Amino acid sequence: MTPRSAGARTAHRRPVATKLRDPRGLVGWLFVAPALIFYAVFVLRPITLTFQYSMYEWNGIGASTWVGPANYGKVFTDPDLFDSLINAFKLIAFFSAIPVVLGLAIAATIRRIAQSRLALVARTVLFLPQVIPLVAAGIAWSWLLASTGVINQLLSLIGLGGVTRAWLGDFDTALPAVGMIGAWVLLGLCTLLLLAGMSKIDPALYEAARLDGAGAWREFVSITVPSLRQEIAVCVTVTVIAALASFDIIYIATQGGPGNTTMVPGLQIFYLAFAEREVGTASALAVVLMVLVIACALPIQWFAKDGNR
Amino acid sequence: MARRVHPGRSGVAVVIAMGALAAACAAPGANSPQPQATGTSPVSAAPTCGSAPITVSGYFETGFPLPKALTTEFTKQHPNVTWDVREDQFAVITQNAPRVLADNPPDLMRLPQVSELVKDNLLKNLDGYAQAFGWDKWPASQLEQLRLGPGGRPRGEGSLYALGLNFSMTGIFYNKKLAAQVGMTKPPATLAELDQVLGKAKSAGITPILQFNGGATGGLAFPLQNLMASYGPAGPINDWIFQKPGATIDTPSNLQAAQHLEKWTKAGYFQKDINAVDYATMMSRFIDGKGLFMFNGDWESGNLDKQMPGNAGFSLMPPAQQGGKRAAMSAPLTFGIAANAKNADCAAFFLNWVATDKRAREIGVEIGGSRPMGPADAYMPAVASDKVTASTLEAGADIAGDNGAMDFIANATGAIYAKSWTPNLQKLVAGQLTAQELLTKVQADYTGQLEGN
Repeated sequence: MTPRSAGARTAHRRPVATKLRDPRGLVGWLFVAPALIFYAVFVLRPITLTFQYSMYEWNGIGASTWVGPANYGKVFTDPDLFDSLINAFKLIAFFSAIPVVLGLAIAATIRRIAQSRLALVARTVLFLPQVIPLVAAGIAWSWLLASTGVINQLLSLIGLGGVTRAWLGDFDTALPAVGMIGAWVLLGLCTLLLLAGMSKIDPALYEAARLDGAGAWREFVSITVPSLRQEIAVCVTVTVIAALASFDIIYIATQGGPGNTTMVPGLQIFYLAFAEREVGTASALAVVLMVLVIACALPIQWFAKDGNR
Repeated sequence: MARRVHPGRSGVAVVIAMGALAAACAAPGANSPQPQATGTSPVSAAPTCGSAPITVSGYFETGFPLPKALTTEFTKQHPNVTWDVREDQFAVITQNAPRVLADNPPDLMRLPQVSELVKDNLLKNLDGYAQAFGWDKWPASQLEQLRLGPGGRPRGEGSLYALGLNFSMTGIFYNKKLAAQVGMTKPPATLAELDQVLGKAKSAGITPILQFNGGATGGLAFPLQNLMASYGPAGPINDWIFQKPGATIDTPSNLQAAQHLEKWTKAGYFQKDINAVDYATMMSRFIDGKGLFMFNGDWESGNLDKQMPGNAGFSLMPPAQQGGKRAAMSAPLTFGIAANAKNADCAAFFLNWVATDKRAREIGVEIGGSRPMGPADAYMPAVASDKVTASTLEAGADIAGDNGAMDFIANATGAIYAKSWTPNLQKLVAGQLTAQELLTKVQADYTGQLEGN
């Protein structure tokens, strides 16, 4: 809807006060109430409690001590905690950049062969990882990436035996390896979203471009990508959040090891709260993580909105 | 999309939301009832499970058949008792223990490190039962690790807060066929001899030691602690684990041990992918004959007897000097009773039964593979001498003679294993830490965790 029509509708509304006294308005609230109560109890309350806990030193059982913002100080000064935040940002490259860029290329290719059976097969195969639970994906990939796994067997087969290693147990490759698992999982989602977006693009645009002598690359850059601004924004938002809030894949594949090289905030929060029993510090890290996710997701939304105007 | 939420309306929503949040006002932990320390309430006569039907709740570890075998036999002997058992992985039990003990107290529970549970008054003080059943007359070393001072510190003395289903032992398992290949006719008697065998295995193309060290489980702590016991006395290591004031892991003999481990990693005595190997992978490789030695515990004896009959041997870690004292990590398979358990008497009666009943002791050895707890002169089931279980049981007697029982360095605090030993041992393997840095870091983490408590 355009801003103008929305503004017109708002102008026709009665003042809120009368609306609330109106029994029909009350009925409206009644309809919303179940969802609102669920939202308050299962979303707002936990967030508020987490924020409250973050101000205390508490082991989850006994009495607690008020420590104010000290736990937040710890999040940014304790190298173990801070490094986990850095790792989450490194994962964005794998969870976001690869699926979106590769997804664009694959979607563009599939669109060109849209009529063939191959397109259907490709779509299905690419989307399959989305259907598999992340835990199963993590287990399957930790077998593939093991020192005797298929990846190393293939490398040896093509004469690259020298680079084989336990990918998830090596300090240099563990983080990229879990990143690749994430990329594999999210690639299908991005491809499908982008493909859906492409089907909405007016074919006349391509025709016009071709008449003007544009090649495939030109079409892609000047028509496809700009038209997909919304879809790309959704992909980037979803995948950035998946990277920052990652837990399952890493918990299964490396548990943060070796030597904390794959430690991410989600896992760190879990360890802090349930192994070290520092509920306060865990909550502080959780709040920081939430703020970071919002801080990353909001600009992407604005970017998408600007494109719409 | 244009904004359509009017400020006045969102105000109403916020008020409703805040109503739901009202419960969040009190300080965390303040409105839940705090368990009180249970005193040493004297038990007049040894309690029993009575004769009326009774359901005892248990919280056991998945993957270990011993507790189930024991409870089944117990019900056979005491038909009025039925069991309501919940099982979880040990890691899950570790994470859940405080909340489960506080909210839904089981009568009998497999316990992780107990210091913090005692500090929060979540476990029943068993001194009364110990007196009534005569547990205090058992060899003191069996119960030492389960005794805690007031507030949970130090461990090793004070009131009894848990009991073991048996007493497990660790050392070195070896593959007899591969040992013969490298000319090892009997287990090494000194550390130098062990080094020699390791070197021979390496040059013969056999992986000298199979160990796990991946994920959040730093299995190199096993050889490290064995090396510590080779180079120095067990006492100071126990003091550190028991959180005695002033105890440190960073001692000269422990440094020698850590340097020796570093030497082994640099010599390539472990698998190349050790930082990606978990416990199950290590076990399957050892059973498949992929390596000569494996540092592990006698809870696998029964399993190895079944999976590689006649081919698995066991030896204690040799001392650095010929004829020196031997020591081993050996600890009770810890079970405790929740402070607010409904059927505490029956659970205590069960624990006593496990240690004293003839059939229960047989099950403990056959299925558990470890020495049963109980009086020194209690019935000891016979085991065929060619079984590895026989060697581990015999080793248990040797350790008792040398007074060399140590708890596990991973049990010093609730988080020391996952948060300090594991990442730092993984770094040692990768050459990112020296032996000295390893000990310094672990000691710093230990101090920090004790201060945090």
